Amino acid sequence: MTVSFLSLAAIVVPLLAALGYAALGWHKATAWLSPLAAAVVLAAASGVAVQIGQSGPRTAVAGVLRVDALSAFMLIVIGAVALLATAATPAYLRAEIAAGRATERTATRHSVLVQLFLAAMATAVLAANLGVLWVAIEATTIVTAFLVGQRRTKTALEAAWKYVVICSTGIALALLGTLLLNYAAHGTGLGLAALTAGAHDLDPGVARIAVTLLILGFGTKAGLAPLHAWLPDAHSQAPAPVSALMSGVLLSVALYAILRVKVISDAVLGPGFARALLAVMALASLAVAASLLLAQRDYKRMLAYSSIEHLALASLGAAIGSPLALAAALLHILGHGLVKAVLFLGAGRILQITGTSRIDGVRGLAARDPLLAGCVGLGVLALIGLPPFSLFASEFGLARAGFAAGLGWITALALLLVLVIAAALVGHTSRMLLGTPPEEPLPHGGIVTTTRLSTAPSVALAGGLLAAAVLGVAAGPLATLLHQAADLLTGTP
Amino acid sequence: MNVQLLDLACGALLLTAVLILWRRELAVIIRVFALQGVALAALVAVLAAGEGAPELWGVAAGILVLRAGVLPWLLRRALARGGAAARETRPLVNVAASLLTAAVLTLLAYAVSPPLVALAPSPATQAIPVGMTVVLIGFFVLVTRRRALSQLVGFLLLDNGITAVGFLTTTSVGLLVEAGISLDVLLAVLVLQILTTRIRETFGDTDLDELRELHD
Repeated sequence: MTVSFLSLAAIVVPLLAALGYAALGWHKATAWLSPLAAAVVLAAASGVAVQIGQSGPRTAVAGVLRVDALSAFMLIVIGAVALLATAATPAYLRAEIAAGRATERTATRHSVLVQLFLAAMATAVLAANLGVLWVAIEATTIVTAFLVGQRRTKTALEAAWKYVVICSTGIALALLGTLLLNYAAHGTGLGLAALTAGAHDLDPGVARIAVTLLILGFGTKAGLAPLHAWLPDAHSQAPAPVSALMSGVLLSVALYAILRVKVISDAVLGPGFARALLAVMALASLAVAASLLLAQRDYKRMLAYSSIEHLALASLGAAIGSPLALAAALLHILGHGLVKAVLFLGAGRILQITGTSRIDGVRGLAARDPLLAGCVGLGVLALIGLPPFSLFASEFGLARAGFAAGLGWITALALLLVLVIAAALVGHTSRMLLGTPPEEPLPHGGIVTTTRLSTAPSVALAGGLLAAAVLGVAAGPLATLLHQAADLLTGTP
Repeated sequence: MNVQLLDLACGALLLTAVLILWRRELAVIIRVFALQGVALAALVAVLAAGEGAPELWGVAAGILVLRAGVLPWLLRRALARGGAAARETRPLVNVAASLLTAAVLTLLAYAVSPPLVALAPSPATQAIPVGMTVVLIGFFVLVTRRRALSQLVGFLLLDNGITAVGFLTTTSVGLLVEAGISLDVLLAVLVLQILTTRIRETFGDTDLDELRELHD
């Protein structure tokens, strides 16, 4: 099967699944269409990765799509996280419907939008053209807006409004940057490969303004300071599978756009310009996350701020810019995607059991539901970077690369903030998991009476953690792909 | 290219942006916004006449329909459903200070733009600072207004400015990208309009001051 066919499948299959849901509706028989489509995306991504490894970058579909090692890797991230999130979706939706908080119509709309969301993200990482990349990322904002506001409560609507306004504005800045980059290239078009190859002809003065706008704009969507305010609201209000997808992949797809811009910026302006910008944004984001995590009272917001932290670490890797740092940043994106998806799915389940998203509303979860508590506990340990999980390997790689590249102070400061965040996360989580469960079982009116987790979500939770652990021990064939992608980003093929 | 017509269109673009900052009645703001759409379409038409490019005439017509027709119509419909409270009653910054800020933002736009003009000096690129000013004023409206509809207008103002800069720099963005951008803007506005309706159903009114439940 050709690269063309496989990459097109990654976009078309979710679109077909969306059509399927729109036509047939969501019910018992169609509930598994969604994970099936995600599995196809993951399989197609693996196929693309294998072929790219042998033959190098390829264009497809009349030059609209372009696949190289980086796009193949991002497609794997999208497929893997989507598989986890959608596998846990049927149980989540069934519980919501049983509690009367959703109907089958809501479930249908949810499934249609999630599939469109997947198609838009796949288009973004496969786009050959900065303009198409922009359109795809803006499209993700539009389709996820209704997913964030799905519950139609006051807080959900507030979060959706903030999300659309802030992200659309940030993305508008990126559009201005895109247009100016086209201008700096003397109107020769926005093809990513052409822009990178012909970067020496770009006008540096205009490119400087364009790159600043692009990094700020896509940084908004990646949840980096200063325009990060939408993220904790949207992630805490969205339904659990959607939070998992947004945190696990949407943020990293935006970071992927920044990585593409950085290659062009490095060639025109030297590595210093994008490095300074990204390092400042990363440190500011880490500081925001650390200060708001210390006294956090809501566990979904806690996970959201932790996403800001991890995207900041990946941006720091991009700022360092050596092959080791970039490979570590990409591995970090995958590891964080898997673990954070597990945690958001777990948090959604906790919310359904206890009926509250307050940390002090949850006590002694380990005694009440050992499997769920175990997954959440292990997930948080993975998140703070303990071995054997892959986040340990990637954070270690980032630190080593940072000191080697002469960014010792910045790296040390970042590590200090990471330690503060780790302490806060462990403190909050242990209060939720340990202790004795409250006497009266459901103090805040949870909606789930049976506390036992059904099979599919259990497999998703455990599978995500297992994958992150295996990645941490041996990246296997992914290691080659990572190094190819990192070489691509440093311009040393 | 007719330089005077170009300058006239750019002048209208800037003037309408300042007017939006000045007036408080939402109905008036929407009318001024439609006028700005006409000015933007005129700007593209002047460029089309200058370059003799037929597809650019098509883009100008598209902009006229979308920004002077469809978007103001959507806004007016949202306003009509909103009922009585049709004024921006308490913006975070009062009118006098807003107008002063507009002056400062214009200076800022002129301060940032020299590299953009220097790359290819021509009457069109010399008007880039005007587009930049509209972008900055749009951003300012977005962050200082409290009503949902005013924020929406701020976002659209920002977008008009970006479109103006886009066409003043190069006219060759590519039809696919231009179509994608217009579609995205239209969809974003539709999404925001639906959210406005839902917020009104839940909160009673769309003063975003009511939206204060989510914080740390």
